Amino acid sequence: MIQLLVFLPLIAALIAGLGNRMLGNAVAKSVTTGALFVSAALAWVVFADVGLGHGATYTVTVLDWISSGDMRVDWAFKVDALTAVMLVVITTVSALVHLYSWGYMAEDPDQPRFFAYLSLFTFAMLMLVTADNLVQMFFGWEGVGLASYLLIGFWYYKPSANAAAIKAFVVNRVGDFGFSLGIFGTFLVFKTVKFDAILAAAPGMGGATFHFLGAPVDVMTCLCLLLFVGAMGKSAQLGLHTWLPDAMEGPTPVSALIHAATMVTAGVFMVCRLSPMFETSATALAVVTYVGAATALFAATVACVQTDIKRVIAYSTCSQLGYMFFAAGSGAYGAAMFHLFTHAFFKALLFLGAGAVIHSMHHEQDMKFYGGLRKQLPLTFAAMTIGTLSLTGFFFTSGYYSKDAILESAFARGTEAGVVAFAIGAFVAFLTSFYSWRLAFLTFFGAPRWAASEHIQHALHHAPDTEAAADSDTASHAPVPAGDGGYHPHESPWTMLLPLGLLAIGALFAGYIFHTTFLGAEAGPAFWRGSVAFSAHLATATEALPGWVIWTPSVAFFAGLLLAWQNYIRDPAAPAQFARTFRGLYGFLVHKWYFDELYNFVFVRGALVFGRLFWRADKQVIDRFGPDGIASAVTASAGVAKRFQSGLIYSYALVMLIGIAAAATWFVPRALGGQ
Amino acid sequence: MIGLGHYLTVGAILFALGVLGIIINRKNVIIILMSIELILLSVNINFVAFSSFAHDLVGQVFAMFVLTVAAAEAAIGLAILVIYFRNRGTIQVDDITMMKG
Amino acid sequence: MTEAFAFYLFAGLVVASGTCTILSRNPVHSVLWLILAFFNASGLFVLLGAEFLAMILVIVYVGAVAVLFLFVVMMLDVDFKSLKSGFTRALPLGLTIALILLVEILMVVGGAAFGTFAPNAAHAPVLAGNHMTNTQALGSLIYTRYVYVFQAAGMVLLTAMIGAIVLTHRTRPGTKRQNIGEQVARQPGEVTRKVHAVSGEGVEL
Repeated sequence: MIQLLVFLPLIAALIAGLGNRMLGNAVAKSVTTGALFVSAALAWVVFADVGLGHGATYTVTVLDWISSGDMRVDWAFKVDALTAVMLVVITTVSALVHLYSWGYMAEDPDQPRFFAYLSLFTFAMLMLVTADNLVQMFFGWEGVGLASYLLIGFWYYKPSANAAAIKAFVVNRVGDFGFSLGIFGTFLVFKTVKFDAILAAAPGMGGATFHFLGAPVDVMTCLCLLLFVGAMGKSAQLGLHTWLPDAMEGPTPVSALIHAATMVTAGVFMVCRLSPMFETSATALAVVTYVGAATALFAATVACVQTDIKRVIAYSTCSQLGYMFFAAGSGAYGAAMFHLFTHAFFKALLFLGAGAVIHSMHHEQDMKFYGGLRKQLPLTFAAMTIGTLSLTGFFFTSGYYSKDAILESAFARGTEAGVVAFAIGAFVAFLTSFYSWRLAFLTFFGAPRWAASEHIQHALHHAPDTEAAADSDTASHAPVPAGDGGYHPHESPWTMLLPLGLLAIGALFAGYIFHTTFLGAEAGPAFWRGSVAFSAHLATATEALPGWVIWTPSVAFFAGLLLAWQNYIRDPAAPAQFARTFRGLYGFLVHKWYFDELYNFVFVRGALVFGRLFWRADKQVIDRFGPDGIASAVTASAGVAKRFQSGLIYSYALVMLIGIAAAATWFVPRALGGQ
Repeated sequence: MIGLGHYLTVGAILFALGVLGIIINRKNVIIILMSIELILLSVNINFVAFSSFAHDLVGQVFAMFVLTVAAAEAAIGLAILVIYFRNRGTIQVDDITMMKG
Repeated sequence: MTEAFAFYLFAGLVVASGTCTILSRNPVHSVLWLILAFFNASGLFVLLGAEFLAMILVIVYVGAVAVLFLFVVMMLDVDFKSLKSGFTRALPLGLTIALILLVEILMVVGGAAFGTFAPNAAHAPVLAGNHMTNTQALGSLIYTRYVYVFQAAGMVLLTAMIGAIVLTHRTRPGTKRQNIGEQVARQPGEVTRKVHAVSGEGVEL
């Protein structure tokens, strides 16, 4: 059954991809979406069996792959509680995104390709989470990276999309390099790459050291950090985060699936899968915590000044991933996975909702041109509000349970890293609330401002059946139009609204239903059963915290809501005033803390400098003494030899005579001497 | 007594003179041709001297053939010279550089 | 005694004439010096007992080749003054090479063992006891053993003759020539035509 679950998306992808225009849009769409819904159903069955039903974990070997000396790698599917959770998340969100794309990509000429890529991505992700060993996980890792590249650059005729796709792939590659080194190191230390063997042997390697450049280095710390570098790349943590905002060049369903719910969570999944390893190294856990906290802070601050609706949500994703990581770093793997679970629902909901808005606004993405849409798009408004409530952690929504769990666990851990993470996390919760409600207010409240938008103008002038046709001529000659310019956005089709509804249900209730299962001190271990290093001790401590700790996230929620309401409903001119007053801070945030500029200066220009240096060395040293040198030496000597070819017969005769004289001088003495 | 060596010496000197003549008279083709005749003469003297002292008539036979070839070669050489002069108006062979590399 | 005197006379004159040939300024003089060299060489041949060859030398070389040289020298109207330049430049190199070659040859000549050639043995091309003249002896050798070479030499001469003619032949425009083949193949229709002559009116030619 697990084989069917994993391979159905692949088969669907192949059918849609290879069939392309021959089979047509309808076949591609139906085959892939149908396959995904089947896989989703199977995933819920597995979840009910292995996860909730406490069924036994099992491993299904499919094929022998590598057998070389000590190394034995097989294609095998490992199914335990952790896998089951991920399977549910991936297949459900993927199936809903497939359905959503029917409506969103309805006018796109390349639909079979799109659906094929989506299914291919799902297959790779499923391989990643069901992997029985590190190499197979790496295969899935690279596969999702590839699918991400293909999907970000889906509209390949846009140069910005191509650049973004390459950027994503290259930055990921840096992370993958660290991951590869980690895998090599793991094999070297444990003599195997299978998870069962490694995780069983990990506690025993706790204090082992090796010598590097004369200094002793802790083995497990080194391995964990290397593997974490891979997670940083894939999950866009601080330092390797630069690709995530630019990845918004891809279509919105792609953003929802890959860059919110699934691919970027692969890093979190990997850390949780390897949690026994991480537990042996306090240093590694501290690093993870700090990196996660720093990322959360960074992303939240930048999200406050973004005007593109998708970019706000992208930075929000980055920030929430930071949360998951510092939860993992605090030893609360259950909380991290629970947040992953709930985050998938409400983030996908937010992205798909944003996509619905964008679709209705004729692909206008800038929130400057939104305003007052709750009247035009009531269902979308409802969905987005539910998503925002969940994200910001309103009482009893999914986000409330998961986010609170994380903050409490961090505090309960008691380490310095944990407390710092708690403080930062609380501040970030405030910022999250602020920017999320800012998005909601800018988009759905206030007066309509979309007349000045180019996309809307485009829609007006090229859609003769709208009511604004009569106004269009005057509109084009008038000065910058204000208000709505005569364009009335309409609600999205049912194929887009149904996924929104289903996800909204998840965003509201998933937390309430599952929180004890994932997090509880008694229920947790029974659920996870060793698939993550669930610490019952920590869970117990979390449930016995002082009240102010428990209320902090909710206070942050209200504070953020209040600030957003103040600045975007009551006094809309205030933000611009603030930006003018604190121009330096504003500029710093708008330029994303100047990371892109820094990387450009250090790495891109550095690489170019190196390249030119080596090109020059190649040309002037190697080439000069190599081929060019030989060639010019040949030419020079030919130039000298050419002078013998004077054309004068006399000279030729002279040379002949000289030759005879020389030959005679050579031979005669020897002949005579020999006598 | 006049021995073989004497005749051979004479031949050697004539040969050297012929070579010298070729090298000195760079521009005058006729003198070059004449120097070649001198060289061939020296060769003939050698042949005949050996033939005489070895009591073998073959040397003289061969000397006759050398004579024949020398005559033919002189004729052709002069014919070429005549045509060259006809075309160029001078026998200055310094100008012939058409085989220049 | 006489033989030695004759030898030294002829040898000295040959060398002297050779030297003057190559050093002379006037090419006509050079040719004349060459002729003198040939005569003296012919004398040397007589001393060696090859009288046939000696006479042939005079008749062919002097009578034909040298005269040919003379013809050409006188025919070509060349400015010989300009041709003598560059003389001193080439002299060192030329002397070097000539000397080297001379020394080589003399080394060979001096060092070689001429044991089989007794210096004071009678130097006659034919063994004593055979009383043929030089000419007869040569003839008996050429037409028997070396007849193919003889024929080949004849071919060489034929080729040289044809070559010389072909090279220097030029068709002059305006000279009248006969083309026998054309003449013989002439048809009446090409050269005659019937004309109806009307008396008193004349004919158009």
